[in-house]
Amino acid sequence: MSMTTDDKLVYMVNQIARNFAAMGQQEAMTATADHLLAFWEPRMKLRIRALAVERPDALTPIAAAAVARLPASAG
Amino acid sequence: MAWIGELDLGTRPMPATGPMVALTIDGQSIEVPEGTSIMRAAALMGTSIPKLCATDMLESFGSCRLCLVEIDGRPGYPASCTTPVAPGMIVRTQTEKLSTLRKGVMELYISDHPLDCLTCSANGDCELQDQAGAVGLREVRYGYEGGNHLVADKDESNPYFTFDSAKCIVCSRCVRACDEVQGTIALTVDGRGFESHIAASQDEDFLSSECVSCGACVQACPTSALIEKSVIEKGTPDRAIVTTCAYCGVGCTFRAEMRGDELVRMVPWKDGKANRGHSCVKGRFAWGYANHRERILNPMIRASVDDPWREVSWDEAIAHTASEFRRIQAKYGKRSIGGITSSRCTNEETFLVQKLIRQGFGNNNVDTCARVCHSPTGYGLKTTFGTSAGTQDFDSVMQADVILLIGANPTDAHPVFASRMKRRLRPQNGKPGARLIVIDPRSIDLVRSPHVEAQHHLPLKPGTNVAVLTAMAHVIVGEGLANEAWIRERCDWDEYQDWAAFVSEPHRSPEATEALTGVPAATLRAAARLYATGGNAAIYYGLGVTEHSQGSSTVMAIANLAMATGNIGREGTGVNPLRGQNNVQGACDMGSFPHEYSGYRHVSDSATRALFETAWGVPLDSEPGLRIPNMLDAATDGSFMGLFVQGEDILQSDPNTHHVAAGLAAMECVVVQDLFLNETANYAHVFLPGSTFLEKDGTFTNAERRIQRVRKVMAPLNGQADWEIVQLVARAMGLDWSYTHPSEIMDEIARLTPSFAGVSYALLDEQGSVQWPANEKAPLGTPMMHIDGFARGKGKFVVTDYVATDEKTGPRYPLLLTTGRILSQYNVGAQTRRTDNVAWHPEDLLEIHPLDAENRGIKDGDWVYLRSRAGETTLRAAVTERVAPGVVYTTFHHPTTQANVITTDYSDWATNCPEYKVTAVQIGLSNGPSDWQEDYAEQARHSRRILVEAAE
Ligand code: SF4
Ligand code: SF4
Ligand code: SF4
Ligand code: FES
Repeated sequence: MSMTTDDKLVYMVNQIARNFAAMGQQEAMTATADHLLAFWEPRMKLRIRALAVERPDALTPIAAAAVARLPASAG
Repeated sequence: MAWIGELDLGTRPMPATGPMVALTIDGQSIEVPEGTSIMRAAALMGTSIPKLCATDMLESFGSCRLCLVEIDGRPGYPASCTTPVAPGMIVRTQTEKLSTLRKGVMELYISDHPLDCLTCSANGDCELQDQAGAVGLREVRYGYEGGNHLVADKDESNPYFTFDSAKCIVCSRCVRACDEVQGTIALTVDGRGFESHIAASQDEDFLSSECVSCGACVQACPTSALIEKSVIEKGTPDRAIVTTCAYCGVGCTFRAEMRGDELVRMVPWKDGKANRGHSCVKGRFAWGYANHRERILNPMIRASVDDPWREVSWDEAIAHTASEFRRIQAKYGKRSIGGITSSRCTNEETFLVQKLIRQGFGNNNVDTCARVCHSPTGYGLKTTFGTSAGTQDFDSVMQADVILLIGANPTDAHPVFASRMKRRLRPQNGKPGARLIVIDPRSIDLVRSPHVEAQHHLPLKPGTNVAVLTAMAHVIVGEGLANEAWIRERCDWDEYQDWAAFVSEPHRSPEATEALTGVPAATLRAAARLYATGGNAAIYYGLGVTEHSQGSSTVMAIANLAMATGNIGREGTGVNPLRGQNNVQGACDMGSFPHEYSGYRHVSDSATRALFETAWGVPLDSEPGLRIPNMLDAATDGSFMGLFVQGEDILQSDPNTHHVAAGLAAMECVVVQDLFLNETANYAHVFLPGSTFLEKDGTFTNAERRIQRVRKVMAPLNGQADWEIVQLVARAMGLDWSYTHPSEIMDEIARLTPSFAGVSYALLDEQGSVQWPANEKAPLGTPMMHIDGFARGKGKFVVTDYVATDEKTGPRYPLLLTTGRILSQYNVGAQTRRTDNVAWHPEDLLEIHPLDAENRGIKDGDWVYLRSRAGETTLRAAVTERVAPGVVYTTFHHPTTQANVITTDYSDWATNCPEYKVTAVQIGLSNGPSDWQEDYAEQARHSRRILVEAAE
C-alpha cells in the first residue's frame, strides 16, 4: 500500500467524517470542519479544498460539506 | 545491600492517619502511629536495635532473634521487629542479659560465615559486620568449621549481580523481597537448619530461572551473598545523588551511588513516590550505555548522506545548522522546516525545542514521538474530561476493588507499577485481593501467573476495541447498572441520554458483536457487571488502546465507561494511561504538538498566543503545524526540506519504514541530536552528540503527572547538556537566549503555563516531586483529578461508533500482526541493546499459535518471513498459545528486524497515531534475511562511516 499525499488527504478527511457520522449529518459536518481547522496545517487545508474540486466523487457527503465550509483564508 | 547514608527503620511504616500511641523506650518517651513495631519506634528516635532479618521494605518476619528487647510486665525477650507498640509500654533495648543473648545469636551466625571480611566486596557496607560490631562480638566458641557451605559455588549467571551462597546467612530477606516487593516469587529457602539454602526457582541458576532481574533481592540482602557486580568491580560507593530513571513512564527515582566521579550502582529511592524503593532491571542495571564505545562525542557534518561523516568543532556544526535552516527557509518558505522533540529528554529541553521552532523558525511544525503512542489519549481525555492526563496517582491502585486492564502489558512495559498492581491483586492482611479484567488479544502474564489470576480475559480480535467497550456500555445501561445520580450531578445529562440510546441499540450488544470481536458474549457481560458493581473500579490502559485507527475513539469509550459508573474522582478509581517513554507526559505538557502551546492551549487561541508573543517578542503563527507523518508527506512533495530531531529515532520507531526513509531522503538538511548514530542518522547531514540523563539537570513528568528532578551526577562526555545545544542553535539563529541553568527554563514554563504556575526547582527539592496542576489553587500539586467536578466543567459523553479498520485480512494476508514490547528492552532498544540486557532478548521473535504454525510447517525457532502490504522482513518464530489462532505478535526492539517495515500508513482518525497494533500479514518459512534487510544493513554501514584524519 503506497498512497500519494493526495490520496492520503482524501482518505483522512473521509475517515474523520466517518467517525463523526454517528452524531448526525449536521453536527458531523460541523465537527469535521472544526477538526480540519484545528489540526490540519495550512497546506493540507489548501490541498483538500483543491482536491474537493478536482475529485468531486472522492469525498463522502459529510467530508465534502465540511471541506466546502473551510474559509478561503484557512491555508 | 545496606543503604549507605539512608536509614533503615527496620519495619514498614503504618499510616500516619491512625491513632497515635505513646510509650517509653530507654527512658525516652515517644509517640508513633498505632501498629508501629517497637523496632521502628526506637529507630525513629535514633536508637538502632540490632537486627538481621528485618528491613523496612518488607513485612517483619522475626527469624533471627537478634532484635530482642525487655518490656516491663512481660515475660521473656520479645523480638522488637514483630512486637507492636502499646500505650504506656516501657521498653529497654540494651541490658546485660540482652547483650549476652545477642552475642550468642551472633556467634552462631558467624560460625557459619567465612571470615574474609577484608577482601569481601561488601566490606564496609555489610549489615552482618555492622551487627557483629554492634553486639560487641569478640569470640566465637563454636569454631569456624561448623559451616556447611563455606565453599559453595558462586552463581554468576546474571550479568548484573552474583549469588555467593557461602556468604548467605539465610535470613530470607531476598525471598521475601522477591515475593512482597517484586511479586515474582523466583526464590525459595530449601532444606532446614544448617542445611537450608536459597535457591532460584527449581535450583536453576538465576539467569535461567523465573527471575526478572529487578534487583530487589540484591537490595534487601544484608551481606555480600547477593551483590551487584559493579560493586565487586569498583568498590562500595561513598555518596549518592537522587535522580529519575530515563526509561519508562513509571518514573522510578534512584539514588545514584557514586565513588568519586564514577557511578557504582543505582538504588531505587525509598522516598520516591512513584516507585517506593523498587525498580526494574532497566533502571537499576541498564545504564552502561552511557559509556558505550559506540557513543558519539564529537559533532559531525556531511554534505550528502552518501559521504562519510566529518568531525567538526561545536562552533562549526552549530553555525552550519543555523545557516542551512535559514537557507532552506529563504528558498522554500517559512513553513519548510520543523523539528521533533523527544519524550526521552527533559521537560526543559523539550520546551526549548518547541520554542526554537515557534519563536525561531516562525512556524508550528513541531511534533513529538507521542504522536506514535499516546496522542489519542491527549485528544480523547481532553474531549471528555478536559485535560490530557491520567486521573490518579499510582498509590490509588491499592484502593481499587476491580482493575480493568486494556491493551497494556504492565509486567513487561511498566514493571514497577505491575508489582504494585500485583500486590493489590493478592489478598493481604485479611483483605481480599482486587479482581482483574484483562482486555487484550494476547494472554499476557497477568492473565495467569503465580498467585494472580484474572477473573475475566477478553481475548478480542485486534482492532475491535471500540466494539467491545461499547458492548460493555450496552450491558451497563441495559441492565440498569449506570450510576445515574452521579451522572446527573457531574455530566451533561442530555449528552448521556444520547449516548445511552446509542449504546443500547441491539446491534451493539455483546451477542450481536461476538462474531466480530471474538469475545464470548457471556464473558463480556460478566466483565461489564463486575466493572460496574464490584466496588471501586480503576481502568489502566496502554498502547493497545491508542495505536489503532480508532485510538481516540477507544480512549473516549473508556472515559464513557468510567463516567457511566461514577468511577472518577475517588481513590481506587479513574482512567489511567500507562505512558511508554519516561517523559511522554512531559513532552505533551510542554507544547510539543503542532496545534498547541504548553498546557494544552490551542495556537489559534489569541489570548494565549498574545502571552507567548509578549514573552518571546515575536509574532507567532496562529495556524497548526505539520504532524510527523504530514512532515514526511510534505518532504516527498518537495515543500518540507529541513528537520531538527532531538533524541528520537523516527526511522525505526515510526510506521512504514520505506515511507519514512523516502521522506528523510528528500530533505536537504536533517539534524540529529542523539547519543548514538541511530537509524535516522543514516539520513542526517548534521549530527550533534547528545548527553545522557546522568549528565544533566532537568525534570521528567511520569504517567501520574508527577514532575521529578533529574540531577547531574557526572559531567557530560560530549561537553554539552542537550538544553545547552538547543540554546547554541537558537543563538546562532539570532535568538537572544541566555539560560544559565535548566531551573530558569522551568521558571519560564511556570510563568507561561497556568497548570505549572507553582512549579519551581525549589518546590521540587523541598517536596521531592509534585503532580501538576500545581498553582495557587493546589500549591503542593494534585494527586487526583476531577474530585468535585471535571476540568472542563461537566463530563462529556461522546458517542463512539465502531468503524472497522481498512487494514483487512484476505487470502494473501490472512493473519493479524500486533506489536508490543518486552521487559528487558526499551523502545527501539538504542540504549538497552548497548547493555548486558541483551542476555534476555537478543533478537525479536514472532509469536505464532501452534495451529497457524503447523499449517505452514513452521517449528519453534525456524526462520520465517513476515510480509504485509507495506513490506517484508524475516525473524525467528516462537510457537506459543499466548496468541490466539489468526493473530501473530512481535516486538520492535532490534533494527535488524525492523518490524516497522511491515506496518502500514493507516492511523488514528483524529490524531494520525499510527495503527501499529493491526497489520494484515502472511508468514512462511524462509532461509534468512530479506532483500530489504540486506540492502538496509549495507546502506546503514555505508552511511555510518566516519572519516579518520590521517595521522602525521
Ligand atoms: S532479581 Fe528480582 S525477580 Fe530476580 S530473584 Fe531477585 S527479587 Fe526476584
Ligand atoms: S542471599 Fe542475602 S538476603 Fe538472601 S537469605 Fe542469604 S543473606 Fe539473606
Ligand atoms: S524502566 Fe520504568 S519501571 Fe524500570 S526502573 Fe525505569 S522507570 Fe522504573
Ligand atoms: S530483626 Fe527481629 S527477629 Fe530478626
